Amino acid sequence: MGEPQKVAGKRNASVQAKIPVSVRPGYHVNSNTPTDEYLIPLKLTWVSAGALESGSVAYPKPSMEKYEFAEKPLSVFTGNFELVANFKVAANAPAGPGAAVGKLRYQACNERACFPPKTAEVTVPYQIQ
Amino acid sequence: MSALRLSSALAIALLVGWFIYFSSSGTRPARSGPVKPDKDRHQAPDFALKDVNGQTVRLSDYRGKVVLLDFWATWCDPCRIEIPWFMDLERRNKDKGFAVLGVSMDDEGWEVVKPFLSQLGVNYRVLIGNDETSQLYGGVDALPTTFLIDRGGRIAAVHVGLASRRDFEDGVEQLLQSPTPAAASRAALPASSLRSE
Repeated sequence: MGEPQKVAGKRNASVQAKIPVSVRPGYHVNSNTPTDEYLIPLKLTWVSAGALESGSVAYPKPSMEKYEFAEKPLSVFTGNFELVANFKVAANAPAGPGAAVGKLRYQACNERACFPPKTAEVTVPYQIQ
Repeated sequence: MSALRLSSALAIALLVGWFIYFSSSGTRPARSGPVKPDKDRHQAPDFALKDVNGQTVRLSDYRGKVVLLDFWATWCDPCRIEIPWFMDLERRNKDKGFAVLGVSMDDEGWEVVKPFLSQLGVNYRVLIGNDETSQLYGGVDALPTTFLIDRGGRIAAVHVGLASRRDFEDGVEQLLQSPTPAAASRAALPASSLRSE
């Protein structure tokens, strides 16, 4: 995991955090919109946004991939991609640093097996100007 | 509106280099194993889990039968491919001393498993697993993971990941044709120890 870059903004400003995600070659994760109700979507949620107000999360366009184990193509993310989290700096945000903390839930498979869903912590440091 | 304008550095706030790592076992390639010779088999750990009726089921309840023990989950597509094969094996062999036991590793339990089983018309017994049971079997991480257990309750084969239907059919057939442990031990007794009727 690399060092996060800070998000900075003034009160009432809209800010975006780009969250790079990398999936190991040979593996895929379900997209945020899987094709089957039983499949677990990739989902970013905010536990504590601090002085930021959390907004929408933009997910990349998934790819439809056909695997040996599935009859129909699956909606997945592979390789490197970015999630874009939108925030608004709160009107009464105190100047100074802080961090928004979220959770990224995902479930991965390779060509022959699937692995239990996992949750990774996401931290977006910010600086209110 | 300058106060609301973002600096270029803000607009492209690049965060953490997120890397989705999988546990070390997750990186292992799926593998299948043929039926092991008798001498290489180890006792399958016993467990007690609930079935859909709330009844406690122990693996030891099945001693004397060949058991196909399948760790699976509703979110696992490769598992879904194998389930109809297991249903067929159950249908064809249940009267020959064979049983399939499915152990679901879904965290949500019966809430998601029950409708899934109905949808597929699963004809064998399914239990809700837990971490303890998973640990007993080596920390089952990749799903499906399937154990073939002989009539003596020993692990005769392990399939990690999607295996071939043929592997299961051949394995089950081979184990069903093997003598029961009791019959085997009787055959091994010296003639002098046998009582005449």
